[in-house]
Amino acid sequence: MNNSLILIIVTTALVNNVVLSQFLGICSFLGVSKQLKASASLGGAVIFVMTISSAVANLLYTFLLAPLQLEYLNTIVFILVIATLVQMVEMFLKKTSPGIYKALGIYLPLITTNCAVLGVALTNVQDGYGFVESVVAGFGTAVGYTIAIILLAGIRERIDESSVPKPFRGAPVVLLSAALMAIAFMGFGSLAL
Amino acid sequence: MNKYVERIYNGIVKENPCIILMLGMCPTLAVTTSAINGVGMGLSTLAVLIFSNLIISLMRNIIPDQVRLPAYIVIVASLVTVVDLIMQAYTPGLYSALGIYIPLIVVNCIILGRAEAYANKVTPDLAFFDGVGMGLGFTIALTVIGLAREFLGSGCVFGIQVLSEEIFHPIAIFGQAPGAFLIMAILIAILNGASISTRANDKVEGCDGCCATCAKSCDSKEKEEAKA
Repeated sequence: MNNSLILIIVTTALVNNVVLSQFLGICSFLGVSKQLKASASLGGAVIFVMTISSAVANLLYTFLLAPLQLEYLNTIVFILVIATLVQMVEMFLKKTSPGIYKALGIYLPLITTNCAVLGVALTNVQDGYGFVESVVAGFGTAVGYTIAIILLAGIRERIDESSVPKPFRGAPVVLLSAALMAIAFMGFGSLAL
Repeated sequence: MNKYVERIYNGIVKENPCIILMLGMCPTLAVTTSAINGVGMGLSTLAVLIFSNLIISLMRNIIPDQVRLPAYIVIVASLVTVVDLIMQAYTPGLYSALGIYIPLIVVNCIILGRAEAYANKVTPDLAFFDGVGMGLGFTIALTVIGLAREFLGSGCVFGIQVLSEEIFHPIAIFGQAPGAFLIMAILIAILNGASISTRANDKVEGCDGCCATCAKSCDSKEKEEAKA
């Protein structure tokens, strides 16, 4: 049991990295990776939201949609739940822990439209994961996202100090870095699991 | 130029959602492993975009301003569910190839972006043609990127072998995940070199450039922070 959970974490975080092999959450991956500090905060916010939303989505699916045979409505239900959940998390943090809110607050609305959050909820259903597995998969995926965005931010801070050929300045060099990272992450695919 | 033709020209060339506005990067990178997947994804997005633009434009005076985003999301999610079920029934091959990216059309920035930026301000006929133009622009861009990746990655065009392996040794990486980033990097570098202004470079400077919605919420947050 424990082994299979560790397997899920490794698979979701490294082998099937959400950004570098599934291409989910590209918008924020490219947009908020300029500074290490900001990208680490976004990563924290994503871990927080994705773990909670995976849990809530799983409970809704098992106890509401499946018994009523409304499985085909899962896209609509999940996106609404995620949007509401992010708002509630935001309000909750604002009231209870201003410290965390200050660090993550401005990134929370960004996450509503982050396709990775909806993507994980839908993949969990497709893979037939139970409650614990869904939560672990959500957490692992978010950790993978955080690893990817922090690495890219580190690379971009270095690139800022070097001279890049003019046509490649801006987006192209960032995408090239992402391409090299994706090649590196392909190496995890051969992990004997 | 006729104002409807202008909308279509605008969507395909002047403000191509994929290449100039850089919206909907996730499906662009993910499904373009072959040209036929690009066409499939493009057309399903086109269908959703036309109807979401039309419905949102028709309802623009009914939906209260404060709850417009949740309302748009419900409209778009319903349309996506319809497309999802239709594809599952009639094109099972394509449906399994595109997999999770079909339901994820809901969060495609192009759809909410057009709703926010255009469809909720104009009459239904203009919104309809804007949807057609933007959808076609997205389809064409995805097909071209798919063609390039398929050709470089396997020497095929639409699944037909055009160059035998003896003449052209396929560069398999273009068909895999890193190839998507690589092709986009080269494409934007060419556009930059030709001084065609795109929003690609703004996009990496901040969370602006993604969805009209998320950029806006970010801005207002920052202002709030500054005030406090």
